[in-house]
Amino acid sequence: MTILAKPWLWSWLAAAAAFALILGLTGGRGAGELAYAALSFGAFAAIVGLGQMLVITLGPGNVDLSIPATMTLAATLALKAMGGEPGTAFAGLAIALGVGAAAGIANYALIFLLRLPPIIATLAASLVYQSLAIWSNRGLRIKPPEGLADFATGRFLGMPNVAWVGLALAIAVWVLLERAVAGRWLLATGQNLRAARLAGVPVELVRACTYVAVAMFAALTGYLLASFSGGAALNMGAEYLLMSIAVVVIGGSSIAGGNSNVPGVWGAALFMFLVVSMLNSYGAGAGARNVLTGAIIIAIVIAASTRRART
Amino acid sequence: MSDHESRPIVALVDAARHFGPVRALDGVSLAVNPGDCIGLVGHNGAGKSTLVNLINGGFAPTSGTIGFGVGETALAAGVRSVFQELSLCPNLTVAENLRISHTSLSGLNWRRAARAEIRQSLDTIFPGHGIDADAEVDTLSIAQRQMVEIAIGFAPRGSMARLVILDEPTSSLDAGIADQLLTHVGRFCAGGGAVIFISHMLGEVFEVASRIVVLKDGKVVAEGEADDFTRKGLVDAMGHVAPEAGDVAVTAREFGPEILRTGQGLAARKGEIVGLSGLAGHGQAEALAQLYLSQSSAWRADRTARAAFVAGDRQRDGVLPLWSILRNISISVLRQCARGGLVERQAEAGIAENWRRRIGIRTYDVTNPILSLSGGNQQKALFARALASPAPVVIMDDPMRGVDVGTKQDVYAMIRDEAAKGRTFLWYSTETEEVCQCDRVFVFRNDEISAELSGADITEEKILQASFAMQEAS
Repeated sequence: MTILAKPWLWSWLAAAAAFALILGLTGGRGAGELAYAALSFGAFAAIVGLGQMLVITLGPGNVDLSIPATMTLAATLALKAMGGEPGTAFAGLAIALGVGAAAGIANYALIFLLRLPPIIATLAASLVYQSLAIWSNRGLRIKPPEGLADFATGRFLGMPNVAWVGLALAIAVWVLLERAVAGRWLLATGQNLRAARLAGVPVELVRACTYVAVAMFAALTGYLLASFSGGAALNMGAEYLLMSIAVVVIGGSSIAGGNSNVPGVWGAALFMFLVVSMLNSYGAGAGARNVLTGAIIIAIVIAASTRRART
Repeated sequence: MSDHESRPIVALVDAARHFGPVRALDGVSLAVNPGDCIGLVGHNGAGKSTLVNLINGGFAPTSGTIGFGVGETALAAGVRSVFQELSLCPNLTVAENLRISHTSLSGLNWRRAARAEIRQSLDTIFPGHGIDADAEVDTLSIAQRQMVEIAIGFAPRGSMARLVILDEPTSSLDAGIADQLLTHVGRFCAGGGAVIFISHMLGEVFEVASRIVVLKDGKVVAEGEADDFTRKGLVDAMGHVAPEAGDVAVTAREFGPEILRTGQGLAARKGEIVGLSGLAGHGQAEALAQLYLSQSSAWRADRTARAAFVAGDRQRDGVLPLWSILRNISISVLRQCARGGLVERQAEAGIAENWRRRIGIRTYDVTNPILSLSGGNQQKALFARALASPAPVVIMDDPMRGVDVGTKQDVYAMIRDEAAKGRTFLWYSTETEEVCQCDRVFVFRNDEISAELSGADITEEKILQASFAMQEAS
């Protein structure tokens, strides 16, 4: 009863079911490889998903649609600065995170100073970020430094390094939300902004930090993804727009805000990768794959909301 | 009188409602006849709201039966409810809100019919109300919203209201408007209607009720003609030892230096209890919210807040609905029970448990959701939130809405105690009796301070005078 009431359980069950369906098709071969691939690709979705979860927790209307552009811009600038030279990995990381922080501050400035709805503000800003990336990239495809590429594609104790990064961030976010004063402030703000303000919560500080955090999570993902795939590409972030929102919703966080769910994000990230590979292994084309992915997301949102309505 | 008019409008036989292990209502029998005005009293969490929800069909009884004189359902029987938690849609106009519960209004011109009906109802109950039927509800003050809600309850809405349940109807109304309501209730019952009147203001209950039912812990503990009860007997039956309010003679006390003064002229000294009065909706709540916002920042949280706020409109300004009672209480004191940015949960639980006992929040476990509490108990949790914080100034926006008599006395004592220790209170109340306990009173009219009273000048008469004075002059 108590374990069944945990909303994160469902995304993990769904991931396990998708995993089993694929293995059913292959007759059980390649289980290790599949799990490894799911952890590698799932990590990227999980990291952007954690950031998006924090923003969605801020309450209705809060969402960051500039995640793909921020990923691309951060990756492009970082790889350009590193120029493939060895020993520049940390400088590149600092640049990526700096780009993320700047994008987050810019997003929040638009929201706070111009009073734009976050959807409009982040979407408009993302056009600027994407243009900057195009302008600075000019069609170049710069390879990441070798050591960094090795790290991004490497493994430790049998698990991909990027998954370790994603796990560490998940634990950090979980501690923040469950134990830290700042996390309480975030959750209170998401439930009722006015009540939180009148209870002494510095709500604008909370909102600013959250928008900066999501952009930095996106920048880090861009940096890791570019290193993982051998260079930045202008469309590298495209699929992470829907992905970041889907993993939050499937993971069991409330779209209405004030309630977030860290383990669910990871389960949902694995599930999303496994669904796509399942459809691939059943021979579905790109079009059918997109339709089915969309249908699955809708089905899960409906299932999640009816479950909540009953309790 | 035809046959069905002499039958009870609603009759409950041994009706019970349990929520898990909580026996919110534990076997109640009650018949409401045409012409009855039943005063329903009991402390917070006694089961009053649950009883209302059984009668109006909001909950099905766990056991026992509910029968109606006419038809099968509460709706068909003409049972209407006016809730303590206001239930209007804020984004719709007054007339459109009437339409929601008046489903037979249809056709192209339904808005005109709705406007006429709500206007008529408002005019009958609250002559001179000044509410526009086309105003959107969120532009109305909380008192006006309550008036609209009451008017919708009494409106014919295609059939006829036979039983109107009023749950704390006067909690945000000032004395003049409340009197209009009580008069209308008397008229309605004399015309063969029935009313269940729930209130913590015992004076009103005695004024309007023909029969009084006392609930305690989900059971009827006393029932009888209103004339057979005395105020003291009623309080005793409710089971809360309340000290007489009369013995708190306002003694002249020494205050510290003036610690705040607003552009409007609102001022307070250290250790002083400052009251805000006047007719409801004349800018008192806004003045207090502004004062709080100016005393705190949306960007910074000081280790020790300069002010704490107790909301009156608890859904809008106070309760964090997804959280437990514990987290709702501790949100303003997190900085005091944290180390290295992390909340010390032992300390936090200690604070919440301590305040649960001190202020008597009726729950056996503070980790229960805040929404599991009755309205008055939620209000107590908000009190605990503010009093637990070390803020030197406590700002209270009509904080006693829906709080029972016994708890009020406890809270008054707590406030006086804290004031004696040097805390400053700013207290807006729609009840003159509460305002009269203050050391200094500012009376508001049309968003301005029309009088400043202190010491022996604080009387109901002078407050009323100042509330209306300029109106007469103009």
